Amino acid sequence: MLNWLRWLPENASTYGADVDGVIAIIWYTTLVWFFLTFGTLGAFLVLYRRRPGRAAAHVRGERLREAAWILVPVAVVLVLDLWLDFRGAPVWAKVKIERPPAELTVQVTGRQFNWEVVYPGADGRFGTADDKPFIDELHVPVNRPVRVVLKSRDVIHSFFLPNFRLKQDAVPGRDIEGWFQATKPGKYELPCAMLCGFGHSGMKAYLYVHPEAEYDAWAAEQRS
Amino acid sequence: MITASLVHAPSHADTGFWSTYVFSTDHKTIGKQYLGLGVLWTVVGGLLAGGMRWQLAWPDTALPVVGEIGPEVFNMMVTMHGTIMVFFVAMPILLGAFGNFLIPLMIGARDMIFPRLNMLSVWTFTVASVVMLSSFFVPGGAASAGWTGYPPLSARPEYTGVHWGLNLWILGLALEFASFLMGGVNYLTTAIALRAPGMTFFRMPLVVWQQLVASTLFLLSVGPLIAGAVMLLLDRTLGTAFYASDLGGDPLLWQHLFWFFGHPEVYVVLLPALGFVLEVLPVFSRKPIFGYRWIIWATLVAGALSFIVWAHHMFISGMDPRLAMPFSVTTILISVPFAYIVFAMIATLWRGSISFDVPMLWALGFLTMFIVGGLTGIFNGSAPADIYINNTYFVVAHFHYTLFSAVVFGGFAGLYFWFPKMFGRMLGRPLGHLHFWLTLVFFNVTFFPQHHLGLAGMVRRVANPLQYDALVPLQWLNVLSTWGAFGLLAAQAALVANVVWSVRAGARAPGNPWDANTLEWSAASPPPHLNWGPSAPMVYRGPYDYSVPGARADWHSQDAGPGRTSALGARS
Amino acid sequence: MSTRADVQGLPAGLTGPKLAVWWFLASEIMVFGGLIASYLVFRLGGPGWAEASQHLSVTFAAVNTLVLLTSSYTVVRAFVAAERGDIGGLRINLGLTVLGGLLFLGIKALEYTTEIRAGFTPGSGIFWSFYYTMTGLHGLHVLGGVVLNVVVLVAARSSLEHVHRVELAGLYWHFVDVVWIFLFPLLYLS
Repeated sequence: MLNWLRWLPENASTYGADVDGVIAIIWYTTLVWFFLTFGTLGAFLVLYRRRPGRAAAHVRGERLREAAWILVPVAVVLVLDLWLDFRGAPVWAKVKIERPPAELTVQVTGRQFNWEVVYPGADGRFGTADDKPFIDELHVPVNRPVRVVLKSRDVIHSFFLPNFRLKQDAVPGRDIEGWFQATKPGKYELPCAMLCGFGHSGMKAYLYVHPEAEYDAWAAEQRS
Repeated sequence: MITASLVHAPSHADTGFWSTYVFSTDHKTIGKQYLGLGVLWTVVGGLLAGGMRWQLAWPDTALPVVGEIGPEVFNMMVTMHGTIMVFFVAMPILLGAFGNFLIPLMIGARDMIFPRLNMLSVWTFTVASVVMLSSFFVPGGAASAGWTGYPPLSARPEYTGVHWGLNLWILGLALEFASFLMGGVNYLTTAIALRAPGMTFFRMPLVVWQQLVASTLFLLSVGPLIAGAVMLLLDRTLGTAFYASDLGGDPLLWQHLFWFFGHPEVYVVLLPALGFVLEVLPVFSRKPIFGYRWIIWATLVAGALSFIVWAHHMFISGMDPRLAMPFSVTTILISVPFAYIVFAMIATLWRGSISFDVPMLWALGFLTMFIVGGLTGIFNGSAPADIYINNTYFVVAHFHYTLFSAVVFGGFAGLYFWFPKMFGRMLGRPLGHLHFWLTLVFFNVTFFPQHHLGLAGMVRRVANPLQYDALVPLQWLNVLSTWGAFGLLAAQAALVANVVWSVRAGARAPGNPWDANTLEWSAASPPPHLNWGPSAPMVYRGPYDYSVPGARADWHSQDAGPGRTSALGARS
Repeated sequence: MSTRADVQGLPAGLTGPKLAVWWFLASEIMVFGGLIASYLVFRLGGPGWAEASQHLSVTFAAVNTLVLLTSSYTVVRAFVAAERGDIGGLRINLGLTVLGGLLFLGIKALEYTTEIRAGFTPGSGIFWSFYYTMTGLHGLHVLGGVVLNVVVLVAARSSLEHVHRVELAGLYWHFVDVVWIFLFPLLYLS
């Protein structure tokens, strides 16, 4: 209960571990600050509660000598904050900016209130006769990078794969790319994470990650 | 030296009921009017929250009295709860009520510099309230696109099924903005122009500084949202193209305009509460606030920074991903001035003489809960972490820890502290203690589990958590949170009882029940019309001369002349 | 009731009401700033804008610019007359300012009518949405300024008691003029 990191769902993606790593650094750092501040506060409340015959000290805290007691911890906060950003930047880039080459690209279009999934078919191009459409299901092979092109028919939806630590809004009028690489076969929930109308609650797809051979079999079946 | 003009202060008998209580230009009455309206809206916003929490804990059970809540109604409740709490509870109480009541008193003025503009501002807010309330009763119901109102959901009525409700929502907000713009202009001009002789800027209490910075932030940030709201209304009514990608527009434009305002807005709400706590801590530790000037600079830095962090609400929005890291850096930087202020609050207690009166309990409650909220802000401000936690309950937990700290813990610190000055009676201590401890416990029971729900992947604004496989085994967290919410709402009965009893039969408040230094405590409780009687205060020192070595008392009023601790009784 | 005698925190030449007007103008600058910034981002981001703006009448707008600039000049003259205690000069110049504002609005109405007749409405696309909204909001502010000037003019008919209001109204009027100075090139000339 007390270790927040244990509440994250199972991770099934390559960069998921990196995202969890950033969350973990923040968790441990903030935990230390939590104990330091609460501990100091608690100690002061006990030590300096009102007692007859003992007056408060007239400390203004304005001179540098006094203010330093606070400025030093504040400087530590600053340094830690910047370090956090420094550690986080490559993870952000990995998920959101880099595009590893992917054999499989899938188009996912959000609409009130389903995810329309389209595979390009054997010709590898969208908008042709051999495109394969699905509603609320996405099939991918394990251990292969998959590119997703997100679109929307109406309002803003959000493509969220909790087990992959991936989230990306789908905005009408834009084609937004995302990518992931699954590390474990399984069936994973894909909820919509942006309020999109009365059907927002319960709007979700499922991602099916297949072992290689199973995926090839599934793909072949779709072609026939 | 300028002396205040000698004016015969009209009594209530002279001016009649309507101009004394309804069409008053007295800043103290106007402050109470804002307080009353804010309290009425708190009931509405609180009931909406109770209803939402019931639905989340027991999605398949109809609510008592109200009946079944369908997803459209749930979305409407979510939307209006947020809108009401931010714009119709937090701002009127923290800024409108306390700002109005305190600023002239604390700077030694007789009233705001524009009393009639002040009256216009509270009446505009009243009209805004009527408009917003009416949106519940029109066909199609009230707005349901979230308090953030993202288009295209909010821009085309067919996407929500809400027609007039959303238009009225926009109009109600526009009127609320106008009201607080008027108020802000009044506060800023009054504080600059009407300070009593000797009241330099750096002798003004931190309460006043925080109100002024908050007003400035609002004044400068709301413009782009007004522009955006006009655009939204036109998209809805005239079919303009601003947020419609098929006509050349862009839904993300709204998000930029909204959050450019939205982020400074959270500090508009926070800063007044910070001010109350920064006032209460010295009084009940009998020590100066630690680092008065540094706190002012930190506040100004935080205010300035608040204008360049807005896109941390938009990391996942589809904006250019290269913008994420710059905004992540500015966001994480804004924690620095607030860290200073939190540390300074703790340092104020060091070597103090601390008494745990009820206002002090609330101030300490603010400090502890705000630390938790501030720490979870670090998670949200980191772009890669936010990929996962954006739009989950983790964000909900974060902003409730910070906003609730401000509005409830900070607001009650202010209320219990200044109640004697405002109403001339002391609030009862036992009920005050009960109110505080129940609120603290139930607040944590309600919102702490929401961190866990968010980390487990529960998304925001869903009416039925049981629709998600991952959440079914965690439903006990939702139930726990709901019981916490019911307890939290019920606990407020202690305040109601206390106020009702005290206003009638409570001990009459002396001028300065807390032995505090700031000028309002030199006026009667409550102060008469025009505040000061025939002669306005002269200010001789800053507000933090507590426990000065060798002084006659452990406090020293700002307007006490040579050889006196207090000016009470010296002027009549 | 606080009178100006109580005011001791302000530097010479600055009154409470004047400071208040400046704060108000700061918030207004942010409103128009928000609109203009949004317009600029769209302009710089997308194609096809130059095409739409061809349909605007630069002539009408240029005349309007002249009208507003002239009315800003007359409002300054009105203020100068007020300072000198010259009620007649004040009334003439303020009256000319009001006329200028009305002329501006009239020309704008003519423009809108022409454009709507040609089939260009606010819903005709993103450029037109911005054009109508920005000039419409500005027009509402011009109207507000006209009303303000009329009120001050009427009050100045008999006495110079509230003559400091001419300066305040003039400040607002200059602001309205400056916004137009931005809108004109952004919408019509680029």
